[in-house]
Amino acid sequence: MSFTPDIRLFSCHYTSQQSCADEGRELQQLNFPENVKMTRVVCTGKIEETTLLKAFEEGADGVYVVGCPADGCHNVKGSQRAAKRVEAVRSSLGELGVEQDRAKMFFLPRGLHPEFVGAAREMNELVTELGPSPFG
Amino acid sequence: MIVAERKPLAEIIEMVQDCKKILVLACRGCVTVCSAGGEREAEILASLIRLGLKKAGKNAEVFDASLVRQCDKEYIDAIDQFKGQYDAIVSTACGVGVNFIANLRPEDNVFPALNTTFFGGSAEQGIWSEQCAGCGDCVLHFTGGLCPVARCAKSLMNGPCGGSVDGRCEIHPEVDCVWQMIYDRMGNLQRQEELTASAPMRDWSTSRHGGPRKQVREDLTV
Ligand code: SF4
Ligand code: SF4
Repeated sequence: MSFTPDIRLFSCHYTSQQSCADEGRELQQLNFPENVKMTRVVCTGKIEETTLLKAFEEGADGVYVVGCPADGCHNVKGSQRAAKRVEAVRSSLGELGVEQDRAKMFFLPRGLHPEFVGAAREMNELVTELGPSPFG
Repeated sequence: MIVAERKPLAEIIEMVQDCKKILVLACRGCVTVCSAGGEREAEILASLIRLGLKKAGKNAEVFDASLVRQCDKEYIDAIDQFKGQYDAIVSTACGVGVNFIANLRPEDNVFPALNTTFFGGSAEQGIWSEQCAGCGDCVLHFTGGLCPVARCAKSLMNGPCGGSVDGRCEIHPEVDCVWQMIYDRMGNLQRQEELTASAPMRDWSTSRHGGPRKQVREDLTV
């Protein structure tokens, strides 16, 4: 049976700014998967663990965060903080007996479309393979 | 402060597996400072309990709320605002908070979300270490302010034991030998001589040997 996962992306304003240019049309042209729903935040350091967990509660099959490179974050340590929270969620998923790869952190430089799209594809493939969320 | 850490999720979820309405109750005291049981952690735990129960095919409502402290009768009274809305309280307070709810609310099911670990302090962000064991008969005036009861693996009163190597305790290479620290610190304070005297005999009845301890301040009771 074919399955299209519900994937939630939380990305910082800086990493995703180019990708939102031209009202997202560029992103479409680059074949950004349509089932990846993006939420832009001022800084990934602003994302709470509960934000990621809520996404799972609301039916996401996979959740990922894209922030600045760890050593080149616009807000110095924002993406490092985000990575810690993603790690905490991954560890909780593990405790609940759920595949940890349903939550992931990506560090990407600003505005590099192919990599930004690549992360979405990677997540999409991964979660498609894992199948529907066991929290469904 | 009291330091604690969250219990494994499986353990918590098993406690509440048959509950339909669950209140995850945070404490805004010590456990908030050590990021184990404050409002944010209670919110996270509520979400994780919902996910865990959902995965197990169970349906439950999980709320979260917080009290200023759970080790004070007057604050516990605030629980009553949620009365009838839950059939279990998962307390993210230290063990004192859980005991207090159990003492004061005979009808309420209360479960511990944390393992209460020790009386400690935070020297660096995210790292806590035990400093005092609450022995009830403090000797810090003999030891330059460093506690041999809590920080020496053997609670020696006349140390060191001879097991330390390069200033580290024989239990773990990363643990400083507190008696080495006491010796060095007393030297810095020009008080090393004091360590040649035998420590006075200790009265351990104030520690865990005399049953539950109690403290009364007549001037504060009414
Ligand atoms: S001697 Fe007792 S009261 Fe004093 S710091 Fe050590 S454990 Fe705490
Ligand atoms: S090495 Fe030091 S801290 Fe460890 S048991 Fe001996 S005296 Fe105590």
